[in-house]
Amino acid sequence: MNWLGLLIIIIQSFVIALAVTTAFAYLTLFERRLLARFQNRVGPNRAGPNGFLQPVADAVKLFFKEDIVPSAADKAVYLLAPAIAVIPAIIIWAVIPFGCLNIDWNYQACFAESSSGVNNILQIADINVGVLYLLAITSIGVYGITLAGWASNNKYSMMGGIRSTAQLISYELALGTAVLAVVMTFSTLSTHELVYHQGVLWGIVPQFLAFVIFMIASTAEVVRAPFDLVEAEQELVGGYNTEYGSMKFALFFMTEYIKLIAVSAMAVTFFFGGWRFPGLEMLGAGMEELAGPVVASIAVGLASLGSFLLKLVGFLFLSVWIRASWPRIRYDRLMDLGWKWLLPLGLINLAATAVAFVLIESFVLASFMLLAFSLLSLAIAAGINRVPKPIDNVTYVSDVRSRAETGQ
Amino acid sequence: MDFVLFFLTAAIALAGAIAMLVARNAIHSALFLLLNFGAIAVLFLLLQSPFLFTIQLSIYAGAIMVLFLFVVMLLGAEQVEAAQDKLPWQQPLALVMGAGLLVIAVITAVRGGSNDAPPGGEAAEAFGDPASLGELLFTEYLLPFQITGIILLVAVIGVVVLNQQRTQAQSEETPGERPSSSVQP
Repeated sequence: MNWLGLLIIIIQSFVIALAVTTAFAYLTLFERRLLARFQNRVGPNRAGPNGFLQPVADAVKLFFKEDIVPSAADKAVYLLAPAIAVIPAIIIWAVIPFGCLNIDWNYQACFAESSSGVNNILQIADINVGVLYLLAITSIGVYGITLAGWASNNKYSMMGGIRSTAQLISYELALGTAVLAVVMTFSTLSTHELVYHQGVLWGIVPQFLAFVIFMIASTAEVVRAPFDLVEAEQELVGGYNTEYGSMKFALFFMTEYIKLIAVSAMAVTFFFGGWRFPGLEMLGAGMEELAGPVVASIAVGLASLGSFLLKLVGFLFLSVWIRASWPRIRYDRLMDLGWKWLLPLGLINLAATAVAFVLIESFVLASFMLLAFSLLSLAIAAGINRVPKPIDNVTYVSDVRSRAETGQ
Repeated sequence: MDFVLFFLTAAIALAGAIAMLVARNAIHSALFLLLNFGAIAVLFLLLQSPFLFTIQLSIYAGAIMVLFLFVVMLLGAEQVEAAQDKLPWQQPLALVMGAGLLVIAVITAVRGGSNDAPPGGEAAEAFGDPASLGELLFTEYLLPFQITGIILLVAVIGVVVLNQQRTQAQSEETPGERPSSSVQP
């Protein structure tokens, strides 16, 4: 093992962990200000200019709150749950390429298919199963919530935990099919190569259906509105984190937002070309001619990082917008949507992707055929998706009356 | 460094497995088993197969253990029951079989020699690469692969059939109830 390489990786990890937690703090401010705008309010604007110090004030408040462990709780699991929740949310960032800054000062390596010589300092690990790693880490993210609900020894927490498990298991499949379709399109599991292959066309064109499925399923995976039944305040007090206070609560809060940023970053990487934008390669060539390879690769690195972050902020805005626009979905509809709509649509999309790329030689033509197919199938699905009233879990007064009248 | 990592991970895996057996609380057992799965995933990484690492994490840790936890929590069966063991011959048999496995493992380790090349010759360039693994699954091992799929399908159908039978039995007992509601309030 090369000790310098190890040191670089440790520094990268520290920087990303800190950056992500800072991003979380300011995402809360971003969200609160935006929500206020959507609801015709002002929002937090007292601490610092435009409320810029609000996250700091929140952090200080949470630090100094009394830390209570319920006496009936399972101590060990209760203390462990916040950590189990927050670890997957942070380690998921290891394979996401934020940009491409080649440390051998050769910007062209970023635009080469093989990811072996990239030496990209803006991505911690370029492993050949990056996409699978993302899925695996998302799938173990459920433990923190479930265990917190169980260990609190509180019926509301428990309900929140059980709801979260059911919801996450249901939507993981749909998420998997959407990601698999992207993998089939670009025939690679490495995140760097995914970004490389999107130089011709962004992933959203051939995989529009997968994009829609991914957006819905990932919103459900991070239990954001309108899928936030896990912490439905009106029904469950606060859900799985009811019994948590102080920094332990802050950790759950943090997990939720970091996961939101992470799935947005995944969406950018899979469907919006990652750090790429048209003309990036030209920028590199121009800079190299003007000021040499070092400046060129730094320019490409900064430009790609900027483009990635810009796309990311776009997705975060979308997420806040969705939260402000939609009411919470009913539980039976949540299950309905996951199992009866998203999963079949995802499977159809997989089949269509396979057929299109085998039948049609040209990638661009096949992509546009798939786009047409996606729009068509979405239109059909929206047309026939008329969910009737729930039959089983509600007893209507009229039913009881008619039963009484017929003497049953 | 690989050596140190191996012994550390192996020790964690063993400790997790033993603690899982000893723990009195079913949730704690499940968590120790999770620790064991995680350590084994790291062992796969040390064996240069990142694909198996992710599969181990997403299938065993991400799907199977979550279902275990879910069922244990739903049933509220965390505590060990005090009832008499209905299969008294089970424990000694398990001990004997476990000891047998241990003997076989030790014999293999001693006879095999750790310095020999693995039986398939040197590992190929694309060893553990998902593409080559997939290719093998769809060419050389297509039949076993499909048989596995059919077995899983049979299991799914079995669940549906069993559930259907119980629902029918319930609806016959209480004719006033709606037939499709399997959960009684």
